[in-house]
Amino acid sequence: MSGLRMPKSDAATMARRADIAAALRAIVPGEGVVDVTNEMRAFESDALTAYRQLPLVVVLPQTVAQVSRVLRYCHENNVKVVPRGSGTSLSGGALPLEDAVLLVMSRFNRILEIDYPNRVAVVQPGVTNLGITTAVEHEGFYYAPDPSSQIACSIGGNVAENSGGVHCLKYGLTANNVLGIEMVLITGEVVRLGGKHLDSEGYDLLGLMTGSEGLLGVVTEVTVRILQKPTTARALMVGFPTSEEAGQCVADIIAAGIIPGGMEMMDRPAIHAAEDFVHAGYPLDVEALLIIELDGPVVEVDHLIAMVEAIARKNGATTCVVSQSEEERMVFWAGRKAAFPAVGRISPDYLCMDGTIPRKELPKVLAGMRDLSEKYGLRVANVFHAGDGNLHPLILYDANIPEELHKAENFGADILRLCVKVGGVLTGEHGVGVEKRDLMPEMFNETDLNQQIRVKCAFDDKHLLNPGKVFPQLHRCAELGRMHVHRGKVPFPDIPRF
Amino acid sequence: MCTGVRFRFPTFRDSRLTIFQPKTEDEVVEAVQWALAEQAPVEIVGQGSKRDLGRPLQTEHTLALADYTGVTLYEPHELVLSAKAGTTIAELEALLAANGQAFQFEPMDYGPLFGQIAGQGSLGGLLATNLCGPRRLKSGSARDHVLGVRVVSGRGELFKSGGRVVKNVTGYDLSKGMANSWGTLGIATEITFKVLPAPETETTLVIRGLADDQAARAMAIAMGSNGEVASAAHLPGNVAGRVIDGILNGEASTLLRLEGFAPSVADRATMLKSLLASAREIDAISGETSRRLWQEIRDVIPFADRTERPVWRVSMAPMEGYKLVASLRMGAAVDAYYDWQGGLVWLRMEGEPEDEAVRTLVGKYGGGHATLVRAPASVRAAVPVFEPQPAPLAALSKRLKQQFDPSGILNPGRMVAGV
Repeated sequence: MSGLRMPKSDAATMARRADIAAALRAIVPGEGVVDVTNEMRAFESDALTAYRQLPLVVVLPQTVAQVSRVLRYCHENNVKVVPRGSGTSLSGGALPLEDAVLLVMSRFNRILEIDYPNRVAVVQPGVTNLGITTAVEHEGFYYAPDPSSQIACSIGGNVAENSGGVHCLKYGLTANNVLGIEMVLITGEVVRLGGKHLDSEGYDLLGLMTGSEGLLGVVTEVTVRILQKPTTARALMVGFPTSEEAGQCVADIIAAGIIPGGMEMMDRPAIHAAEDFVHAGYPLDVEALLIIELDGPVVEVDHLIAMVEAIARKNGATTCVVSQSEEERMVFWAGRKAAFPAVGRISPDYLCMDGTIPRKELPKVLAGMRDLSEKYGLRVANVFHAGDGNLHPLILYDANIPEELHKAENFGADILRLCVKVGGVLTGEHGVGVEKRDLMPEMFNETDLNQQIRVKCAFDDKHLLNPGKVFPQLHRCAELGRMHVHRGKVPFPDIPRF
Repeated sequence: MCTGVRFRFPTFRDSRLTIFQPKTEDEVVEAVQWALAEQAPVEIVGQGSKRDLGRPLQTEHTLALADYTGVTLYEPHELVLSAKAGTTIAELEALLAANGQAFQFEPMDYGPLFGQIAGQGSLGGLLATNLCGPRRLKSGSARDHVLGVRVVSGRGELFKSGGRVVKNVTGYDLSKGMANSWGTLGIATEITFKVLPAPETETTLVIRGLADDQAARAMAIAMGSNGEVASAAHLPGNVAGRVIDGILNGEASTLLRLEGFAPSVADRATMLKSLLASAREIDAISGETSRRLWQEIRDVIPFADRTERPVWRVSMAPMEGYKLVASLRMGAAVDAYYDWQGGLVWLRMEGEPEDEAVRTLVGKYGGGHATLVRAPASVRAAVPVFEPQPAPLAALSKRLKQQFDPSGILNPGRMVAGV
């Protein structure tokens, strides 16, 4: 597994494999337990395919009671558990461990309730993101967060990763669109957070759970907000001679009080790769291309299109085309949406990175990436959620050339370091998982990380849920529980007593 | 040094009270480390505007962030603002307004309900109580807009979480963890929020004369339409006379707020009027009057009566709120109005808080939570102010508290005994 350091496997657990499988079979009968190597192959990686590992055993429960019993059994017997939804994580969040049960939630695939007057849908966690929209669109509704894997990714996985998408500047991330969950703690206890009502009576445990990457609990039900689909959407395709001008255009649009439904940027290599692939009519003589989508009532969209067009021209746009039909809008998007496979055509392999930066730092970061590209001798193409500063550099490499994956990984790590240096973060929407785990100290000091691990301790003090992910090193909870301040050794020995 | 800024507060409160008023983050750390060494519980306040909310505290010491103020970062084009915890919301809102921006979640001001002047609350208090307003359905609450925090935990350690960018899934979202924690987990010293353009214009459609249940249905239709309704509230007849100088004429009023660019607002107003035409005649209130109306709904002005009569804030599914009120009225005298499409119910009781009745009925009508926002201190000490949690959840909350504040020195018991 390409040098990835994972927690030391527990030989005693692996020796008990047959017993564990038998115990799980007693909880989930029939085909709900998979322990034959060939059948477990399907689960050995998620969408971060560079890393693979067979699990100890796979269990696919069908009821909340089964999830509860599986977790209680694992807790009582000190067996690690890796939860998995559809396995579309790009950061290795669902990468199995050889001494851990892989808990697959794909059989939780039912929509339980659609409540239009309260505008919520209650679904099981294995329902796909797009499946929610499909279930409500005949009434004109949809579920807003739209990660690019929405056709396959599960809503439970979306909660675990706090998934985003191209529309999140206007419509928010998963955290802003989930109203409630039912979850099972590692002890087997079933708890409900939120529901059809808003906000929490106590601590925002739902906020902590969202984006916790399967380390705090297993989601067994999700209540999401559904929204009425905007009446119309139109897009502009705008090309600029420099990324600075494109960046200024984005800043001016926001300064004018406009929050577009989507605002995507591509750099020259990405534009060329996409155009060669889908022939969307992208200009090839520009350094930066913006796709700006306005959605809402027709009157509003027409009003805003005119404003945005004026802003684009003022900022030196050399191409500015407004979609005149739904077909044309889709063509504008076709290139952007095909950017990843398009890059896949011009390179045998690529790594997709996911940093976020303050938008104004884009020119500096792009220049830094050009330097790094030269240093590593690898090409890079960029797509960018321009509205919210989420950058996806695609690093092109060839896995058949020895050491090139390693080089690409180092290049990627340097890009993320650069993102943090300019005030950004390691991951905007793909999650830390195993991929960015060892970079966490670039962004957080030991105190920061220890406080996060203490949250983990409140939920799972034995560190049984998804170990080896997110945190470079998991301190034992008892160790972290010690207080380091003792009477007489504080900074204020002279303070008056009351 | 904190010693230099401690002083005896010339106050109506216990004269033994000690106040720390740190001016730097280091002083906050030092004050907490002192409290830790002394095992001395400390009340945490920002500007002190919400002291009458929650369970009464019995600490001898107070740590007030009133002097830890100032904007540390504001980049309008990046839609981001950071400030120190003691900075007043009023000051920040004025700064944002001068740049055509706002906290889109419209933080409410509890001042008037407690008989205080408005505009006192601090940014730290805003996050600690997870404030929001009538745009909650569409735009979320403080927890939906916070991007990053610097926090001093009950261990006397300074940690940070999040950042200054909108899209960030790096590690657990401890910024959200601080929301609605009422100063019991840590002291957020500096907070970063996403800010957004203020709407260019607003109009409120007023439907007269609907009963509570009819209003709930009308609001559901409006919110489920393409009208992009920002806020939906219903003021029954006896409440409607108590806002914006009585211009609603004391007639039951169902209110739909439309915001945005002028041509869009006009277009959606027309669409909604025709959608709801069968209901009643529909009036419109625009501009400053509309803004004031929603501010008064937000700040519970109808119940800002300078009494201590119990006031509840109940969050439920929008279509259930009116059922709670109808059932309560069978057994108690109660005044009520609705925000959030009917899902936020403000209740004022004539006599006792009737906590058992309120909470039993919330459970009966789909669940949610009821907070006893206003009541005499003796009542708030005896009646659970916040909705009691089922045992596994209460235990989890307690474990979380222990991980942040193992000695229980930060606002102990402000939310729940033992937390």
